[in-house]
Amino acid sequence: MEHLELFFKSVFVDNMVFAYFLGMCSYLAVSKKVSTAVGLGAAVIFVLTVTVPLNWLLDQYILQEGALAWLGPEYADYDLSFLSFILFIATIATMVQLVEIVVEKFSPSLYNSLGIFLPLIAVNCAILGGSLFMQSRDIASFDLALNYGFSSGIGWFLAILAIAAIREKIRYSNVPAPLRGLGITFIITGLMAIGFMSFGGMLTGGGEETTSLEGSGNNVGMQVESNNESTETVEVSTLISE
Amino acid sequence: MGLLSKKDSKLIMDPLADNNPITIQVLGICSALAITAQLKPSIVMAISVMFVMGVGNIVISLMRNIIPSKIRIIVQLIVVATLVIIVDQVLKAFAYELSKELSVFIGLIITNCIIMGRFEAFALGNGVWRSFLDGIGNAAGYGVILIIVGFFRELLGSGTLFGFPVLGSPVDKTGLYAIGYENNGFMVLPPMALIVVGIIIWVQRSRNKDLIEEN
Repeated sequence: MEHLELFFKSVFVDNMVFAYFLGMCSYLAVSKKVSTAVGLGAAVIFVLTVTVPLNWLLDQYILQEGALAWLGPEYADYDLSFLSFILFIATIATMVQLVEIVVEKFSPSLYNSLGIFLPLIAVNCAILGGSLFMQSRDIASFDLALNYGFSSGIGWFLAILAIAAIREKIRYSNVPAPLRGLGITFIITGLMAIGFMSFGGMLTGGGEETTSLEGSGNNVGMQVESNNESTETVEVSTLISE
Repeated sequence: MGLLSKKDSKLIMDPLADNNPITIQVLGICSALAITAQLKPSIVMAISVMFVMGVGNIVISLMRNIIPSKIRIIVQLIVVATLVIIVDQVLKAFAYELSKELSVFIGLIITNCIIMGRFEAFALGNGVWRSFLDGIGNAAGYGVILIIVGFFRELLGSGTLFGFPVLGSPVDKTGLYAIGYENNGFMVLPPMALIVVGIIIWVQRSRNKDLIEEN
C-alpha cells in the first residue's frame, strides 16, 4: 500500500516536470519528435531507477549525521551531509558513463537508440533532483527509494511523451509567429501543469474530488476555467510547499 | 567602459537581450521556474548562479588545456559541485530561512544547463578574462529573467514586493483593494511561471523579428 501510494504520488502529484520543473532543458530540447522523446524518457527512467537507490545507500551509510557509526563508535559524531552534492553528482556521472560503456558493448542496437541521450542525462536536473528529493524527504527504506526513482522516471517519461505528441500536432496549427516553437511550448506545458495540479487531491483523502477530477489531463482547457475554486488551489499549494 | 574593449563588452551585453540564456538558448529553465514565486529567492538565486558561473568559468578556462576530453563532463561537474557546496554552506550560515525555502534548488545549480553549456561552449576554448566576462554576462541574462518573473508573480500573486505590501492590505481593504482589486492566487502556483516566461518570450520575439523560429 505504501508503495502504491508513493508510486502514484511521484507519477502524478509530484510530477518532476509539472510540479518542480526538473529536467526542463532536455524536456524542451528533445521533445520535437515522439520517437526521440521516448528514447530519452526511457533513458531517464533507467538512470533514475539506478541512481536514486545508490544514492540512498550513500546517504544512509556515509553522509547522514551518525551514518558512519558502522565504522566504529568513534565515527558516530561525523556529519558529512555537506558533501552530498559532490558525491551524488559523482555517482550519477560515473553511473551514466558506466551504463553507456556497458550498453555499447553488449547491445549496440539499444546503444544506437538510447546511447546518444546518455551523456545528456548526466546533466539532467531530474536525475540529481530525484536524489536530492530522496534525501530531503527522508525516504525510509531501500525498496521505497527504488520505487521513488522508478516512478519519478515514469512521471518524467509521461510528461515528455505528452508534450512531444502535442508538438508534432501543433506544427499544423496557425500559431502567432513570435510564439512559435519555444513560446507556445512553454504555455502548453503551463496548461498541462494546471491539469496535473488537479491530481493534487488524489492522495489527500478527498473522496468526491478524486472521482470528479479524473481524466482531467485530457481536457486541460476546461481545467483553466474551473480553477477558480479556491479550495482546490489552496490544497495544491500546500502540497507543493511541503 | 574603459576597462572593456568593444568585443568584451559584447560578451556581457549580448546574453542580456538578444542571446538570452533562458529565452533564446533555452538553458537553465528548471531553477528559473521553480523559485520565482517571490522576488527575494529569485534575486538570491541570480546572485548564486552569477558567483558559480563567474568562478567556474575561470577555473575551467585555466584548466582547459589539461582536461582530457573524455572525462571533461565529470571534471566540470566536480568543479561546479564544489562551488555550489560553498554557496549552499554560506546561505545556510547567513540566510537559513531562505536556504530552507530554496531547498533542493541550490543543489540543482549543479545541473543547471547554463553552467555546463557555457563551460562546453566557451570556457573550454577561450582565455580566462573572456571566459569570466562570458560567465558574468550569461548569469546576468539569466538573473534578469528570474527577477522579471519573480517581480510579476509576487506583485500579482500576493500584492507584495520583497514581502512588503505595495498594493495596500487585502485584510483591511486599503489601497487598491478598496476598489475591489483581488490578488490572483493563481500566480504563485508553479504553472504560472511557465506561462509568464512564455509571455516574456512572446513579447521579446515580437519586438525582434529575427528571433522568430521557423516552426
